[in-house]
Amino acid sequence: MELIRLKSKEQDAEMDIVTFNKKKFRFSDWFAEKVIKAVAFLSIAVVVLIFVFVFREAFPIFKMDKKEVVATEVLVQESYGGAETESGSVKVADNQVANSNIIHGQEEKPSSTLLSNTWMPVSDNPRYGMWPLFLGTLKVTLIALLFAAPLSILAAIYTSMFAKPRIREIIKPVIELLAGFPSVVIGFFALMVMATVFQDIFGYASRLNGFVGGIAMGLAAIPIIYTLTEDALTAVPKTFTEASLGLGASRRQTAFYVVLPAAVPGIFAAVVLGIGRIFGETMIALMATGNAAMISMNPFDSVRTLSATIGAEMAEVVFGDTHYNVLFLIGSLLFIFTFALNALAEFYFKNMVIRRYQSKK
Amino acid sequence: MDRNVKDTIVEGITGVSVLLIIFIIVSILAVTIVGGWPNLNWTFLSEFPKDGMTKGGIFPAIVGTAVMTIIMAVAAVPFGVITAIYLAEYASEKSVIAKTIRFAVKTLAVVPSIIFGLFGLGFFIGFIGKNMDALLNGGELKWGQPNMLWASFTMALLTLPVVIVSVEEAIRTIPREMREASLALGATKWQTIKSVVLPGSVSGILTGTILAVSRGAGEVAPILFTGAAYFLSDLPKSLSDQFMSLGYHIYIMSTQSSNVDATLPIQFATTLVLLLLTFSLNAVAVTLRFKIRKRAK
Repeated sequence: MELIRLKSKEQDAEMDIVTFNKKKFRFSDWFAEKVIKAVAFLSIAVVVLIFVFVFREAFPIFKMDKKEVVATEVLVQESYGGAETESGSVKVADNQVANSNIIHGQEEKPSSTLLSNTWMPVSDNPRYGMWPLFLGTLKVTLIALLFAAPLSILAAIYTSMFAKPRIREIIKPVIELLAGFPSVVIGFFALMVMATVFQDIFGYASRLNGFVGGIAMGLAAIPIIYTLTEDALTAVPKTFTEASLGLGASRRQTAFYVVLPAAVPGIFAAVVLGIGRIFGETMIALMATGNAAMISMNPFDSVRTLSATIGAEMAEVVFGDTHYNVLFLIGSLLFIFTFALNALAEFYFKNMVIRRYQSKK
Repeated sequence: MDRNVKDTIVEGITGVSVLLIIFIIVSILAVTIVGGWPNLNWTFLSEFPKDGMTKGGIFPAIVGTAVMTIIMAVAAVPFGVITAIYLAEYASEKSVIAKTIRFAVKTLAVVPSIIFGLFGLGFFIGFIGKNMDALLNGGELKWGQPNMLWASFTMALLTLPVVIVSVEEAIRTIPREMREASLALGATKWQTIKSVVLPGSVSGILTGTILAVSRGAGEVAPILFTGAAYFLSDLPKSLSDQFMSLGYHIYIMSTQSSNVDATLPIQFATTLVLLLLTFSLNAVAVTLRFKIRKRAK
């Protein structure tokens, strides 16, 4: 590149043509590039480290040996913390709890309780059944999705298809404001206002429940689904819209029969990322769902989600304890799930979008 | 049904969806402002909590949040900017490395915040902190427990993608001609980045930093067990101390407090402070970003 170098000694004098390709080695340039490259790898390293360290702390649960098991001859009534235990008599107050204890007997490994129906980590005979947590998470996610997805998709359709440009410029940033609300603020709003209002309307028993939590978590997912759907709709080639309108279709028909079908993969990706957000939401779940781990299909019952369980219990566990490991196991599951959702949105749906437009060109 | 009627109804439904979302946003703002405004005054902002947290202010929580986000920004911004430079200037779009880094950044952006908390606990506290103690303090517990430094670092990882995305967007708006002019004048690639690309993306770096700070100030899950404390009678004196934070304060006061009703005014006022903080930061960032996008057009 540097013409000055032509005069230098090492330059071949016979060659009349300027050699553009030969660059002088510059240490600062070489060094800068190496450093920048190395730092850029940090993102990959962090993802790998998260994998390694969250799984590492979860792993011991699978190789726990039997001597760590609380083996008692007498059937011990389940109790939290310091509550007195009555041995012998089977009080079936906490019904399923006592039953599963009888069935499994005393030689119970902590890991074998993982798939039982009781989540009772802080008791004399701890039980780490994750089903209620799975069910609770599923229930809340479903409620949140049923609320947030249609609302945000319809709003996105309005913004990109029907709204006048001036109004669009206002609507978009306003809805995106919601993304800037800290989840603890949304949780607080759900706890203070939504819980009371919904209870007045529906008249159910427990003030905090899966329904309130689900709607509140839906609020957190709205900006994600809305923004990505809007992007997907705007990305549909203008020629599609113009052709449809030119053929005499109304704007509504164009939006729903031409643009929407073309943007379906992008909208799916938006919804999938929305699910990821709801699934991993911790603060709103902690504050608005009631946090009782029970198996019930009633949306108005109190639920406990996977992430809320980690948030609520991790601060109190002993480092390296079984309970500690189980919470990390839940974390690993959450991580795998969101990772898979992200990969699905990123590779599968993106490719679908690309193929779609290419085949129609 | 008549097509025009159908059009009106369907367009109406979509319009109502927009209004409903805006209504929710406005009601969150309204409830927080109405509930919090009467208690928001200078004493509230400058005093320590008193009488078992039922009276007094939130001074330590404000300081804790501020210091934590500053350390977070100091840790996250340089890494974010450099990664963005790599993605925009060095990596070719097709290269596997660039694609992997991009995917990693997106993954970091969608990993639930509570997982960062777990990672902070397992990696920073349980691994690095414990080993630091063993090497530096002869096994005495100092770094191997929740503290400000680890909480800030955990938050920095969470906000890294925010910085990267903003900065990369800004770098990409710098016209090709400017880079080519610089290269044609004999500048090397690094000189071009240093004197053309970086100065041109200052507003993007600023946007990314503000967005990251706003996000970091509002997130609670990552610091639940990496450093946030319920109540401290003193401000943190070193990086190995725990700290109070606004978001954690709201969470604790509204769910764990023994007398929720008595602390209600404090809860609302704290929420208002947090919301105003993140809100104004976001407003600045959105304005800056709008300017960057305008330049791109």
